[in-house]
Amino acid sequence: VCIHRVRSCSSIRFIKSKYVCVFDKSALKFSHQQRLFRTSAVSCGQIVQFKLSDIGEGITEVTVKEWYIKEGDSVSQFDSICEVQSDKASVTITSRYDGIIRKLHYSIDDIAFVGKPLVDIEIDASKGVASEEDVVETPPMSHEEHTHQEIKGHKTLATPAVRRLAMENNIKLSEVVGTGKDNRILKEDILNYLAKQTGAILPPSPKAEIVPPQRRAEAVPAAPKDKARKIPVPVPRPIAFAGKDKTEPVTGFQKAMVKTMSAALKIPHFGYSDEIDLTQLVQLREELKPLAEMRGVKLSFMPFFIKAASLGLLQYPILNASLDENCQNVTYKASHNIGVAMDTEQGLIVPNVKNVQVCSVFDIAVELNRLQSLGSAGQLGTSDLTGGTFTLSNIGTIGGTYAKPVILPPEVAIGALGKIQVLPRFNSKGEVVKARIMNVSWSADHRIIDGATMARFSNLWKSYLENPASMLLDLK
Amino acid sequence: MVLQSLKNCLWLPCVLRTPKACFWSTASGGLIIQSVSNDVYQNLAVEDWIHDHMDLEKQQVLFFWRNSPAVVIGRHQNPWQECNLKLLRQKNIKLARRRSGGGTVYHDLGNINLTFFTTRKKYERMENLKLVVKALKAMRPQLDVHVTDRYDILLDRKYKISGTAAKLGRTSAYHHCTLLCNADKFVLSSVLKSPFKGLKSNATPSVPALVKNLFEEDPSLTSEMLLDAIAKEYAMQHQIDHHITLINPADETLLPGIRNKTQELQTWEWVYGKTPKFSISTCLNMVYKDSVLDVKVNMDVKHGRIEVCNIDLPEQWLPPGLYSELVKSLTGSKFCPNETTTLVTTLLRLCPQGDELHSRWRLLCENMIRLM
Repeated sequence: VCIHRVRSCSSIRFIKSKYVCVFDKSALKFSHQQRLFRTSAVSCGQIVQFKLSDIGEGITEVTVKEWYIKEGDSVSQFDSICEVQSDKASVTITSRYDGIIRKLHYSIDDIAFVGKPLVDIEIDASKGVASEEDVVETPPMSHEEHTHQEIKGHKTLATPAVRRLAMENNIKLSEVVGTGKDNRILKEDILNYLAKQTGAILPPSPKAEIVPPQRRAEAVPAAPKDKARKIPVPVPRPIAFAGKDKTEPVTGFQKAMVKTMSAALKIPHFGYSDEIDLTQLVQLREELKPLAEMRGVKLSFMPFFIKAASLGLLQYPILNASLDENCQNVTYKASHNIGVAMDTEQGLIVPNVKNVQVCSVFDIAVELNRLQSLGSAGQLGTSDLTGGTFTLSNIGTIGGTYAKPVILPPEVAIGALGKIQVLPRFNSKGEVVKARIMNVSWSADHRIIDGATMARFSNLWKSYLENPASMLLDLK
Repeated sequence: MVLQSLKNCLWLPCVLRTPKACFWSTASGGLIIQSVSNDVYQNLAVEDWIHDHMDLEKQQVLFFWRNSPAVVIGRHQNPWQECNLKLLRQKNIKLARRRSGGGTVYHDLGNINLTFFTTRKKYERMENLKLVVKALKAMRPQLDVHVTDRYDILLDRKYKISGTAAKLGRTSAYHHCTLLCNADKFVLSSVLKSPFKGLKSNATPSVPALVKNLFEEDPSLTSEMLLDAIAKEYAMQHQIDHHITLINPADETLLPGIRNKTQELQTWEWVYGKTPKFSISTCLNMVYKDSVLDVKVNMDVKHGRIEVCNIDLPEQWLPPGLYSELVKSLTGSKFCPNETTTLVTTLLRLCPQGDELHSRWRLLCENMIRLM
């Protein structure tokens, strides 16, 4: 393969470049390694030592703080290689070449010296070598930085990065109109050319040169219906889709969730769902909301749902229990610590309101406000997140009607509340009226809870909410 | 001084490096801008944006900005080492990591930030600081201010009123510095003191210094006056009009891509995750029932995540299965109180029930979380 390369290389003449493509024996050794890293068929390269260029202000040494690449990575010209620091200045060192990183001369926290090699880069020989001048500050397009390539006697000026872009998209540089200095072909010119060919919207380059994405208005020239004129239809160039799969390890909180949910599914769940008419509750809340606001508290529906659940648990304490590991003993918990599922940036967390059995609806509202503000600030404490005995998940605030919630061990029951919808229903007189309907889906541990218990609990909870005045009778 | 809203002008100098005519080339040499926002992340994003997108060959830029209370650490620093994170969270003071090097500073509205943007070739910190000193002296000749060789500005040869940091890229560079006019020194000294013990790291340490506000020296001075004086001096040196243009860092049409930059600066991965590798070796003093337990903890943290974790508990204090579960879960997890809290409370669900066990678990975990 290497020999083939030599033949094709010899047809390219380098003008004004100070270095001629040299194939030494060591390059041949790398040929088999290239295949692993490169997508193109190149096999021979030249190792160039990229030296740390002048930082300015007479600085001779810097500390290497972070590497952005590792040995074996491909780099393009202008890609960031590493971050070094010198006396309160943080400097981003970028690559002068396209190629593969072969060696890092320093580790993190080492002192690096200006003028000494920083990394070794293996350059694709056919692309030529840029001159050994310092990267620093010549006016943007200096002649020395580019290789001139003669293709069919037509001189085209372009940087190696632009060349690569053209090659990847099968574009002949001779066909592209250069808008840069000396008719130099710029990256925008390639993008424009591509867009005209495909009529596609190309994503703006990541270094955000302010080139607005080409609009769809540039349609591909259609094949003329007139068959007499044989105008060839341009072959649509494949758009390079740069998306790649991303694999990340499961860590921290996610790892814990994996464990908990795996344990939860060992519990034999059964589900029970029902529909609740909240028309009266909606009205009640409207009346009470301003009163709560005067006391500085936001009143949602949850405090009512939670209190009603607690009243129900007084009648059906098995739902507020816990089964031990060997299923030998059931512990009936005295406190009703009702958990409220909360969606945060991290994911699902379930803080709980302690001792609902002795709290008023207002107390619950206050506590919910506190938990919600802590939750969104990411400052919930361990006591807020432990000790729960029963959980309600108000998924309806996001959406949905019916759900199949998963019980959170060591609890034995959970309820998922759907959204409140306005639906037509028949009243006792047989008339169609507007009703506020919410669906609830319960899941319970079938090892110690049977369907009848769940149904009766649900009916009781439902009756409290459909007729809020009845809650007054049983409030403790 | 004329303040001009930028909406009236086309922001063409942002068109990168193409040889198109710069709209501002008539006012070439320099541009003075001021941010209308007090959000530290937005303002840092503007710096990034100018650094990445503007062609500074034709004109240099001076950028004025102020922030609501925030602690800003340098690119390669360790927030646990540099400030009191608990206090920050309590007082709702933001934490930001900038892209330039240097040490940690406290910003509030009593502090002005100045950023000098130039090409990499024209990067020259001393000149910039001398400009500031010249402006100050022109306004108040009796002020004893001078620039040290550490690029600090000292008042009365003793008090630091300005600190410096810089960022160099391939073709452009910026040098920014603070200027203490009327900052809250009490909050400053309390947040910049870290209670952390047993932290070993190669992160850039800050050099603490005595500070003083210019306002204390001369109560007639205000931030606006200082800003104006510096702008005047800059305008004179660059031979441009003494105009300060206001910019809104939230304006995506003016600064395309700024929203992404602002977002990135706020991610945990940037603020905490960019901390150089460090290790912790400390002792938890846990009060359990009637005794005090000394529990040695050793942790290695890389990219803000716990790489290695060792907790030296008394034998059988926690069931071994549970202990290994804890260590396994902590490994790879963020060194973050919130993450750890949710992690340990979730794991607790898998514990066999028992108040004794639960209270021990809670005690240990709460102590661990307090470290973060």
